[in-house]
Amino acid sequence: MKTLKTLAGALALTTALSGAAFAQTELSMWYHGAGSTVERELINQIISDFNASQSDWTVVLQEFPQIAYNDSVVAAAVAGNLPDIIDVDGPVMPNWAWAGYMQPLQLSEGALDGFLPGAIGEWDGEVYSVGLWDAAVAMYARKSVLEENGIRIPTLEEPWTKDEFDEILETLQATGDFEYALNLGMADQGEWYPYAFSPFLQSFGGDIVDRSTYLTAEGVLNGDEAIEFGEWWQSLFERDLVPGTSQDMADHQTGFIDGDYALQWNGNWVAVQALEALGDDVLFLPAPDFGNGPKIGAASWQFGVSATSEHPDGASAFIEFALQPEYLAAFSDGIGLIPATAEAAAMTENYAPGGPLEVFYGLSEAQATLRPVTPGYVFAALEFRKALSDIANGADVADALDAAVDAIDADIESNNGYGFEE
Amino acid sequence: MATVAEPNKNLKTGLKYLLLVLVALVFLFPMVFMVVSSLKPDLQLLRDTSSIAAFLPVGDISLDNYFAAFRRAPIGLFVFNSVFVTGLTVIGSLFLCSLAGFAFAFLEFRGKNLVLSIVIATLIVPFETIAVPMLMVVNTLPFVGPNGLQWGWLNTYHVQIVPFLADALTIFLFVQYFRDLPKELIEAARLDGATWFQVYAMVIMPIAGPVIATAAILKFLAMYNQYLWPLMVTQSEQFRPVMVGLQYFFQLNTAWGEVMAYLSLITLPVLAFYLFLQRAFIASIASTGIKG
Repeated sequence: MKTLKTLAGALALTTALSGAAFAQTELSMWYHGAGSTVERELINQIISDFNASQSDWTVVLQEFPQIAYNDSVVAAAVAGNLPDIIDVDGPVMPNWAWAGYMQPLQLSEGALDGFLPGAIGEWDGEVYSVGLWDAAVAMYARKSVLEENGIRIPTLEEPWTKDEFDEILETLQATGDFEYALNLGMADQGEWYPYAFSPFLQSFGGDIVDRSTYLTAEGVLNGDEAIEFGEWWQSLFERDLVPGTSQDMADHQTGFIDGDYALQWNGNWVAVQALEALGDDVLFLPAPDFGNGPKIGAASWQFGVSATSEHPDGASAFIEFALQPEYLAAFSDGIGLIPATAEAAAMTENYAPGGPLEVFYGLSEAQATLRPVTPGYVFAALEFRKALSDIANGADVADALDAAVDAIDADIESNNGYGFEE
Repeated sequence: MATVAEPNKNLKTGLKYLLLVLVALVFLFPMVFMVVSSLKPDLQLLRDTSSIAAFLPVGDISLDNYFAAFRRAPIGLFVFNSVFVTGLTVIGSLFLCSLAGFAFAFLEFRGKNLVLSIVIATLIVPFETIAVPMLMVVNTLPFVGPNGLQWGWLNTYHVQIVPFLADALTIFLFVQYFRDLPKELIEAARLDGATWFQVYAMVIMPIAGPVIATAAILKFLAMYNQYLWPLMVTQSEQFRPVMVGLQYFFQLNTAWGEVMAYLSLITLPVLAFYLFLQRAFIASIASTGIKG
C-alpha cells in the first residue's frame, strides 16, 4: 500500500512538472548580429532575463551574419518557416510588411512614448517594428583645422549653408594640406549611398520618390531641385574635392584620422575610433542646409513579429520587455549606437548630457529624416545608388536621374503601386 | 660551336626561369598578402596596403587576429561542416558520375546521345535560376534518419549534399576520358567473362586516376566555396559552412585582420587537398587538355 502511495505521489509530481514545462511556449527569434560578440552577450542577456521573468514563454535565439540576414529571411519566407520574432532594417520593413512576412506589433499603450522617430517602424498606419537604437551621420572635422582656416563651427541652429559649405571645401582643398577636402565614403557602395546621400537631395528639395502618393519618382528625383543637387554632386568630383567611386576602402577607413581628408561625412559608429585617435580635436558637426533644412538619414535595425507567428502576443511581449531603458543603454554602451530614448541616453557613457557623443542624439532628434516608407524603397534605393555613381563618374545629370525615375516608376507599376492608390 | 651555344642556352634558361618566377609571384602575392595581413592590427594593415609593406611581416606582428577570430565565430565547426559536406559530396559524386560516364562511353542503349546532350545542356543553366524552386522542393521532401521519418530537409547535412551528388561537368569529364581509353581493354575483359560492373570497377577505374583527380578537385572547390545554397537551407548555425561563416566577420566596422586570419585558416584544407592530388591533376590536364 505504501509503495502504491509512493508511486501515485511520484506520478502526480511528474504530471505537475510536465504540465509546468508544457506551459512554457517556445518562441523562435532570429537576429542579424552573428559575429558580434558584444551583441551576442547583450541579446542573450535580454532573452535570459525575459525567460526568467515569466513562465509563459521561452525565447530561443538563432543568429545570422548581417550581410546574409535579409536573404535568409526571404528564403525562409519562401519555405514558410519564419521564426516568431525577427529583426529588420528600418527602411526594409515596409517591403517585408507588404510582402506578408510581418504582422503589426501588439504593444501596450504608451510603450513607445519618448522614442526617437527613427526607431519606430510604421507601415500602413500600424507599428510593425521598433528599434532599441538609431544611428546618425555627422560631418567629422578637426577643430584645429577649422580654426587655422578661419572656418565657422556650425551649430544645429545655424548649420553651414550650401554656399558656405562649398567655399569651405574650396578653402580646405586650396591649403594643399589634404589629398581631398571631404571624404564622402564613396568606397562603401551598399546602403550607405541612399542612407547618407539622399538627405542631401532632400535638403535641396528633391527626394527618391514622391511621398505624397508613393506612386512615382517623377518630378522629385528628376525635378529642378534634384537636377540642382545632381549638378552640385557632380561638381564635387569635377573639382577634385572628394574621392570618386574608385576610392579604396582602406583610405575611407583611415584617411580622416591620418589627415588625408580634412572633413568626413560618416556615421556615429566610427565616432569612438575618431575620438580615440584625435581626442578633443575632433568635432561632430550637423549636416549643411542646402535650402530646405539640414537632414540626415534615420532608422536602423528593429524588432518585429513574423506574419506566420502563432504567438504574436508572446513575441510582442518579448519586444516590449526589450524596450526597457537599461537594455537600450546597454546596447548603446556595447555597440556605440544612439539609444532610442532620452531616458536611456542619460544612462549611457557616451550619449549622457556632457558625454562625448551627446551631439549625435541631438542630431538624430533634430535632423533625422526617414527614407521613403514604401515597399518600393528596396528597389528605388538601388536605382538611386546607380544614378549617384553614374553622375559622380561624369554621366549627364538629367539623363541619369531620368533613367532612375523610369526604372523606379516601372517597378512601382509592375507591383501594382505596392498597395498605394491614386 | 658548343662554346657559343652554351651562353645562349643559359641565357634562355635564365629568362625562362625569371618569367616563371614572375608568374609565380603574381599568383603567390594574394596568398602572401592574406597571411601577412592576418598578423597585423587593423590600422597598420590598412595603411600598409599602399606600399610594399603589405607583403612583408613588418611592424606590430602577432597572432591576436587568430585568437579574436576564434572568439568571434565557431571556426572549427564551420570547417568541419564544410569538409564533411564537401568530402561526402566528392566521394558520392565521383562514384555516381563515373558510373554515368562509363555508361555513356561504353554501353549501348536507345537515346544515349540525346540523354547525354540533355545532361551537358544543363551546364548552361545558372544555379541561381533554380535555387528557389529547389528550396521549395527540398522543403517538402521526406527523410528517414535517427529520429525516424521527418518532412523537410532544411537545417541538415544531407540538404547540402544530395542535390550536388551528380552534375553535368563531372559526368562530361568522365565521358571524355573514358572515350579515349583503348576499346581493346574492355573487349578483353568482356571476353574473359567480366560483367559490366567488373569492367568498371576492376579495369577502367584503376586507370582513371587523372580524371578522378581532376573531377575531385573541381568538385571540391565548387562545394567548398558554396554560399548561396547553404545560406538558403541552413538557418541553424550548427550546419553552416565556411563561406557563410565568413560573413560573421563583416560588421559595421570590419576587422580586416580577423577576416584575413579566417581566410588563412579556411584556405588550409583546400591547399592540403590540392597538394595531395596535384600530380594526378597535372597529368590529367596534360592528357585531356582540360583547364581547371
